[in-house]
Amino acid sequence: MAKLILSLDGSVIREIPLNKDRVTIGRKPQNDIPIENLAVSGEHACIVTILNDSFLEDLGSTNGTLVNGNPIKKHILQNNDVIEIGKYKMKYVGEAGSAAAAPATADDFERTMVMGMPVKTAASAPKPAAAAAPAPRPATPASPPPPTPVAAIPRPAPAPAASTPTPVPAPAAAAKPAVPAEPQPLAALQILTGAAAGKEIELIKNLTTLGKPGVQVAVITRRPQGYFLTHVEGASFPVINGKTLDAQARQLNDHDVIELAGVKMEFFVKR
Amino acid sequence: MTRRSAALEVATVTHPGMVRSHNEDSIAADADAGLAVLADGMGGYNAGEVASGIAVEMIRTELKAALESKKPEELNGQGAEQLLVEKTGRANNAIFQAAQSQPQYSGMGTTLVVAVWCDNRMSVGHVGDSRLYRLRGGVLEQITRDHSLLQEQIDSGMITKEQSRHSQNKNLVTRAVGIDPEVETEVHTYPVQPGDLFLLCSDGLSDMVTDEDIELTLSSLQANLQLAAQQLVQQANDNGGRDNVSVILVRVTQDFAARTGMLDKFRAWFR
Repeated sequence: MAKLILSLDGSVIREIPLNKDRVTIGRKPQNDIPIENLAVSGEHACIVTILNDSFLEDLGSTNGTLVNGNPIKKHILQNNDVIEIGKYKMKYVGEAGSAAAAPATADDFERTMVMGMPVKTAASAPKPAAAAAPAPRPATPASPPPPTPVAAIPRPAPAPAASTPTPVPAPAAAAKPAVPAEPQPLAALQILTGAAAGKEIELIKNLTTLGKPGVQVAVITRRPQGYFLTHVEGASFPVINGKTLDAQARQLNDHDVIELAGVKMEFFVKR
Repeated sequence: MTRRSAALEVATVTHPGMVRSHNEDSIAADADAGLAVLADGMGGYNAGEVASGIAVEMIRTELKAALESKKPEELNGQGAEQLLVEKTGRANNAIFQAAQSQPQYSGMGTTLVVAVWCDNRMSVGHVGDSRLYRLRGGVLEQITRDHSLLQEQIDSGMITKEQSRHSQNKNLVTRAVGIDPEVETEVHTYPVQPGDLFLLCSDGLSDMVTDEDIELTLSSLQANLQLAAQQLVQQANDNGGRDNVSVILVRVTQDFAARTGMLDKFRAWFR
């Protein structure tokens, strides 16, 4: 279960499990998390939890709600987000976060589910009740209603890519993921011959196509492990440093000279 | 006849991704018959592969036979849609029965997206979060709408599409094939133009690669369909490849109107 760790001036006050669909935070005592402080509004914020997602919403408080230092109105909490209300800080520890910390094997990692099955058991060993009701769509929700889980099926689901910046090599490449230290440095092409000689093309997109459509086209792809040139169409293939490319992608090195559709250009890495 | 083989060009790639040991996706595409089907299975052990395998194999075989035995006029939009519903229902039955009778398959199911091209139209049926996109005039459009908790949250205005990228609830689908005795397949028919490029994919692509990058890849590389498909899978893997990735590309190269008039039949006779 996801939880909040409430602290003031760096010392932990208590842990609060998010065990209700809606947990309210505010100065008034009827809040689920009452905070006795004048900087906190009577009804300051609330956290709505739907399965694995917790939504933090500011309820129009006077002094606002910050997440990781930024004011928010509504925010999907991510593991280790720090909520600030007045001088109080609340660290969000999501279920996914605690699961990811544990040595989970790839195969039982967050399997996709058809909604309606007991979520806990489904997460590891999917055993849907045979009598599960046919998956109905929740009645058209007008206001944000936590859609009641109706009927779900376990299936492997990817974690958000952002949370795991571990770029891996091409499928064909070795199984061991190479972990590049930094994003690719910016690279560019300098046109050496032809009408556009002297022109520079920065390779800012993930894919940059070169050449003349219908005649000869190649593409430069920017990948975690570098820049690659691949033939796309046309009878003749691009030439790199005097050698003709085959159908395979070829990694580009600094100062490689590419010849394509009668034009020469130099690849170089910008420092 | 419609001579779809001359009008459709197909490329497919399926890959287990960088994290999972099994590929639970199944795909099939047949340019002659004018059909493509993709399923993303779920369930413990190898049950996911079994479910998606049953769905794809049954639908491919039965749909192909039905498409070839029917006259084009029987396959107007409505006829094709009925076929999709019928064949998906049969696959649902087969998976559900197998899951009921064999404990190791208990609870298995699969998402599905299946499309047929006939008489300058495409009919698509889907269940769950496998998707169909269309690239037309350089603009990518998502044609199917996921049957997932996330999509329902977006529809109800709880979260925006941008926020949904950060959700932990990506793995919850509200419909699947083989979970219940009945399945509700969503079907639609759209007019098709020469030059249209269709993408069927599992969530292993759409969760790992943004729509913008898919659009860029398809529009840059459409001259080389197989390369475009490989490139999409490679990007999903470069971004972490947390799930199986499957891609079917279908390009419409020319008109494929059914020849039903006397003159058309007469002409067809001489071809």
